[in-house]
This record gives sequence, C-alpha cells and structure tokens, in this order.
Amino acid sequence: MSGEKLKITIDGIDILCEKGTTILNAARQAGVDIPTLCHDERLEPYGGCRLCIVQIKGVNRPLPACTTPVSSNMVVTTENEALTRMRKNVLELLLSNHPNDCMRCEQTGNCTLQDLAYRYGADGKIYEGEKWDLPIREDNPFITYEPNKCILCGRCVRICNEVVMAGTIDLVGRGFYAMPDTAFRKPRTLENCEFCGQCVSTCPTGALTDRKGRGKGRSYELKKVKTTCSYCGTGCNFYLNVKGDKVVKVTSAYDSPVSQGSLCIKGRYGYDFIHSPERIKTPLIRKGAEFVEATWDEALELIANKFKELIEKHGPDKVGGFSSSRCTNEENYLLAKWVRCAVGSNNVDNCARV
Amino acid sequence: MPDIDTIFLFGSNPTEAHPIVSLYLKKALRSGAKLIVGDPRKTWMARRADVWLNLKPGSNIAMMNGLVNVILQKGWENREFIEKRTEGFDELKEKVKEYDLDRVEKLTGVAKDRIVEAAHLYSHADKAMIVYGLGVTEHQTGTENAMAIANLALVCGHLGRPSTGIMALRGQNNVQGASDLGPLPATLPGYQSVTDPKLREKFEKAWGVKIKDKPGLKSVEMLDECRKGNFKGIFILGEDPAHTDPNINHVREALESVEFLAVQEIFHTETTRFAHVILPGASFAEKDGTFTNGERRVQRVRKAIEPLAGMAEWQVICSLSTRMGYTMNYNHPSEIMDEIASLVPIYGGISYSRIEEKGIQWPCPTKDHPGTTTLYSDLFSRPGGLAKFMALDHKGPGEVTDKQYPFTLVTGRIREHYNNGSMTRRTPGIMELIGEELLEISPEDAKKLKINNGEMVKVSSRRGEITVKAKVTDRSQPGNVFLTFHYQNALTNLLTSEHRDPITGTPEYKSCAVKIEK
Repeated sequence: MSGEKLKITIDGIDILCEKGTTILNAARQAGVDIPTLCHDERLEPYGGCRLCIVQIKGVNRPLPACTTPVSSNMVVTTENEALTRMRKNVLELLLSNHPNDCMRCEQTGNCTLQDLAYRYGADGKIYEGEKWDLPIREDNPFITYEPNKCILCGRCVRICNEVVMAGTIDLVGRGFYAMPDTAFRKPRTLENCEFCGQCVSTCPTGALTDRKGRGKGRSYELKKVKTTCSYCGTGCNFYLNVKGDKVVKVTSAYDSPVSQGSLCIKGRYGYDFIHSPERIKTPLIRKGAEFVEATWDEALELIANKFKELIEKHGPDKVGGFSSSRCTNEENYLLAKWVRCAVGSNNVDNCARV
Repeated sequence: MPDIDTIFLFGSNPTEAHPIVSLYLKKALRSGAKLIVGDPRKTWMARRADVWLNLKPGSNIAMMNGLVNVILQKGWENREFIEKRTEGFDELKEKVKEYDLDRVEKLTGVAKDRIVEAAHLYSHADKAMIVYGLGVTEHQTGTENAMAIANLALVCGHLGRPSTGIMALRGQNNVQGASDLGPLPATLPGYQSVTDPKLREKFEKAWGVKIKDKPGLKSVEMLDECRKGNFKGIFILGEDPAHTDPNINHVREALESVEFLAVQEIFHTETTRFAHVILPGASFAEKDGTFTNGERRVQRVRKAIEPLAGMAEWQVICSLSTRMGYTMNYNHPSEIMDEIASLVPIYGGISYSRIEEKGIQWPCPTKDHPGTTTLYSDLFSRPGGLAKFMALDHKGPGEVTDKQYPFTLVTGRIREHYNNGSMTRRTPGIMELIGEELLEISPEDAKKLKINNGEMVKVSSRRGEITVKAKVTDRSQPGNVFLTFHYQNALTNLLTSEHRDPITGTPEYKSCAVKIEK
C-alpha cells in the first residue's frame, strides 16, 4: 500500500480508496455487499468461487472483485441481470453436489452457501449428476468433517497452510474426487494437527463444524457475548455463545484488533471448565480436616471477623493479600484497595513475578 | 508488524505459548523476514530459523555481550543513534571486550560462526524487532538479561520506529493489568510509589484513609514470614502458589503455618487444601470487567452467564471490606474503572463506553486521547530522555549441574494446556489429546540412560522428585530436559529451585539441576 488515494465509483457511489486495494475491499468499505464464498480477510486473495464477479466499465467481461485491484476512475457495477444469472448458475452447480439437507444441518442459519442460495433463488435440482456420498468424520474431539458439504473453496486448506503454517490439511485426490483432507487421510491427532479450529472458523458451509457445539443450538438461538480470552497475555477476542444459562460454543470475532478472528486450541475449545461439575459452587469452611458448606453470609462474616481479630492482636502488618494475573483489572484494583484501606498495610502482591 | 525484515526471537516459544502472536511472526516469515532464534530448545521457530543460537540455559548475558562485541568489533553499530539517544556507551564497550568469540562459545555452547551470523543479520536489518519471553525473565539474572537485550537493540538503533523495538510477551491474560492496578507492595495503582507523599495524599483523599509510607512485603516475603510464624492472615484471590511457585515443599510449609488463610477459587487446587475458608470464584464468563493484554490494550470482559455461585469477585471484595468496617459500594465494574481513571494517569482516559467496540492502549491520559501504540519514539522514560547502556557480567544459573544432578531442567508450557491446568485439564477433549506430563529428553541422553520413548522415569532434584513418562525428542538438546507444570499428579515445581532475581523476585523456573533414573 502506497497510501496514494484513488477515486472509483461502485454502484453509483463515489469512493476514495487506497491504491492497491481490491474492488471487493473498496466495496466493503463503502457498505456495498458483494457475495463471495472463497474469500476470508485473513487469507491472500484467491479468486476461486467466481461469485464476486463484477462488471467494470470499458472491460468486456466480468472480473472477480477479490483479485482485481482498483484503478483510477474505475466504474464498477456489482449487480445486474447478467451478473445475477451467472451467480445463480455458479450456486446451482455447487448445489448439484451438495446434500441440501439444511433442515438438519448444524450450520443452518450461519451458512454462507445457504444464504446465497436464498438470495439468488438457486435451485438444487437444476443439475442432476453424481454426488459425493461419504461418511461423517469424527475422528478427533473437536472438529467434525462432513466432506459431502464441501464446496472446494479451499479456505480451510489455505488458512491451515498460509496463516497457521500447520500443514494439517491439503486438497487430496483429483478431479471430482478432490477434497480437503489430512495426509493419507489419517485421523487428526496432535501429530498432524494443532486443533486451533481455524479451518472451522473459515468454512462457509457445514463441512467443518465444532464438534462440541453440534446440536446445542442454532446460530440464531444463541446469545453471542463478545469478550476477551482468559488464557495467555495476547488478548484475543471471541464470542461466547450462550443458550439458556450455558456456554455452548466459542466463535470468532473477526473485527478483533488483536486476533482478527484467529484463535488457538485453548481459546476456541478450552471452555468446558466453565460448567465443570468440579466447580466450587458454595463457600466452604474448614471443620477439622473437612470442608463444610456454608452460606456467603457465614463465610464472609467469618473471614471479616478473623481478619479484624488478627489485625487487632498483631497489627495490620501481619495480614496481607495475594492478587492474580487471572483476575480482572477492577478486581485487582479492589484487592489493592482492600489491603490498604480495610486491612491498613501495604502487604499486597500479585503473581506477575512468578 | 508485517513489514519487519528481521525477527530476533529470544527465550520465547510463541507457537506454543502465544499461538496468535506467532501468526504475526509467521506472516512476516512468509513475506521473507529473516529469523534468529535464541533458545536451548529446538522449537518450531528454531527449526525454521536462519540462525539458531542454541545457548545453554542461563547464559543469556554472555550471549548478548558476545553479539554486541562482534557488532562493535566489525563496526556494524548505529553510531548516530548511540550518540543522539544513549549514554554509557564507553562502559559497555569496555565490558563486552571481555566477551570474545572463544569465551562466548565456551559459556553459551553456541558455535562461533552462528554468533557472527546472528550479529550480522540483526545489525544489518532495516526494521528488526526483538521478541522475548519468559526464557529471559525466569532466571536469577532475569532483569539483567532484559537489560542485555536492550543493549543489543540500542547499539543497532532498532528502537522507537514502527516494526522495530523490543516486545516482551507476557505470560498471563492479565499480568499487565494486575501490575498496572496496584496489587504491589511498593506502588499504589498506576505504579505510583507509596513513598511519595504527594501521590499518597492523592489516594488518601480519594479513599479516605491513611496509607502507610513504607512498602509492604512481596508475596514470597509474606510466605517466608509465615514459615517463621511471623505472618498471621492471607487472602488469596485466584492464585495457586502451592502448584505454580518453585520449590513447592517450602510453600506448603508456609501455608500450613499461617494462622488464617482464605482463598477464592473456581476449583479446588493445591492451595485451597490449606485454606480455612474457600470462597467460590466466578469464571471470566460470569462477570464484567477488563483485561489489559501484553501490548497494554485494555479490553472488555463481558458477563455471558450469571455467576454460578451467585457472586463475582468484585462483589465479594466489596462485601468483605464493608463487613470489616471500610465501606465499598459499586453498582457495576464500570464504576470501579471510573474510579481507576480518576486516580491512575495512564488509565485516565479509559471508560467502558470508550472501549465498547475496541480496546485502548495505555498510556491514555485523557478522555480525548486515542491511546499509545509505540513507546519511546522520541524520548526514553528516563531523566533526560536518553537510554542508558548497562555493562553486565555473565553469572550463569543459580544451580549448576554436577555429577549427582547432571541434567538441566527447563520448564514451560505446551500449547494445549495452561499453567496449573485447572481449566484445560477440565476440557475432556484436551485431556484426550494430551492427558499426562511428558519429560522431553534428547535421543542421545535417552540412549545413554537406556530410556525408551514412553517409559516411566523418576526425575529428582535436591528438593523433590516426580515420576513421569519420557518423550524422546530432538526438541531437547543433550544435557537439557523439559517439563511443563500443567498437571496435579506430577508437580514439576517440587523440583524447581528457589533462586530468584533479586530485583523482581521472579524465580528461576528455566534452570535447575536434576537427575533422571529408570
């Protein structure tokens, strides 16, 4: 990017955009929605699905918006009768080798293929021919693979190789039988996969889904709460997907300034602890060698009285608090304030040094 | 970061410990950036490095001095930067003269030509960034190790411009924020010293109490006092020192001796075993708040479900404090942040409404300040604004190997688990993939000790022993072995030593002497 600004027109809207930007990105900045299946901002432009074709004034054939850079005074049309017809045709070809079982598909409501078929009125029965009929693959704890639903956009393969550089999957086989798979179609283990779920996060259909979230709720039923990961110090953002009072899934936040939708195994799949049966659910007070359940009132009253007694007897300098890098800023501040104000000492520290 | 042309990764294994940071580094590598890796372990990055400095654990200062010496001998330094923005150069120059290639090779175990190549690559780069991790700080010379790195960056002038500088990867989600906000014995929130009467007065006015003018005790000192019977009561909020501190037996003694211990935790841990009262904690999904990440970005944590036990930590502290006679009353964590902003200048412009969409990087002094992405672009944070070179000596690790304990144990994390493992071990899928501790040992050492891959071995140090499964891998170099500390049934920190950095108190997790038996 040189920083030089160019003027272009998309669907009658004048846009100033940076030289080197693609038509697709310029359109998105202007709020114009060009459909795509093979594009993900985390990936290099690919130009595979041909859905983002646009008409450029003075060019006699449509060009893909995702791989065509803008040029000065370019005039772009993103939708017209011919483009609509072509898009519908591409979608119908994809649907000709697709199970079209949306009513029981995990991805329903969150599937780009489904959305685009709806938008363009694409019919799954126009082209009849051979269909893949392969079993569901659940050979690992986290990632479910339904090859029949794959549209060969290559996003999973590209994110695995371009972004994560894990090399877990690639296109395997030829022609009609080419599909993303592991080397020698082996099950995913730590030997060949990092289980970051990046492939799942980029899949535009139901081919790759989070196994743990399957059947736990449709996308539109889930409350999505944007938050910050509680593992390492990178500060990735994601959505906790909640149904009722349960966190059932983690999904990417693509606008995160730190992670742009990328996550690791812990961020994406390490959430089971929230509802672990081993969680401590009530205050516990030691009676000899045992812990006995207590109410908040009993426990807090006991702690308050005990600390007051110790401070009275030995002075505030014999009492202190440890805070933690795992807690929020507000909690750390309050603990520091508690030691200084309620206890009256400076004996407060956190685990940053250990 | 994408336009970096040279990355110097030192004591950091980001593909495991900071996977998303590693994606940025990988992107730079794919666009042709050169890579230097300083690490005793043959990590993913070390395998792909242009130069791998396979130094012995604890030889960081010798390594850095050696690199600086090569650069000065060859005239590869950035004269202009040194003259305009630094001081103390002559002392440094004299000191590093003692670190010629022969000596550095001997101290670090790194071949001379690799040292020269690394010095050449780093000094000739246009935009070079040093990324370091706990392999630098978790040594008894941790602070000096970090200073030695700064010397190298300053000599080459790789600071204060975008895509240059030194990036320290922080270990835990909110290690930055926990330090920023004052649970420290010598500073009030925002690194404001308790010994400064003016700053104390500001807080005394806001909080309505008298604040002691002497620094309190660090956590390790409190534990030391406990052992002596001199310390009476501790409240531990979400920490597990009986698992994650070094030399656990010592910690256990301390926690047994204290008269009253209250712990707030989400799970039973090694530490809760010693508690008199345990309070249930709320997980990050159950409360509102903020975390500050390693690039000082203050970001929202949002409540997705109600606290399982009915109360979040901020409510518990308020209630406890009020019961002790000091009233704390907030309706929502956003009000706590507003109070922080009024007292902590670096957080002065932060409020929940401003970080609703995207976090802000401190320093952010006022409500209209956009936050700060690059530090020190003009002046360094020292009187006069100049950076000071530090002449440092190699000291080596606190505990060295000998006949009885011939191996150096390095500890760290793996990608799938996190610290004491209390969260990741409760994710069944992760346990299915990797459910037990593995001792990484080199093929050469395994052969010598006749240890097969997967065989159980006893690892012991002067302080304790554990039994774990061996994993024979060339990730470990001969003489070094590696363990994580994620499992409760194999407490690695029974082995680690209590040598500490005297300035920060950070323990030497990255090096202690052990023996291995079948």
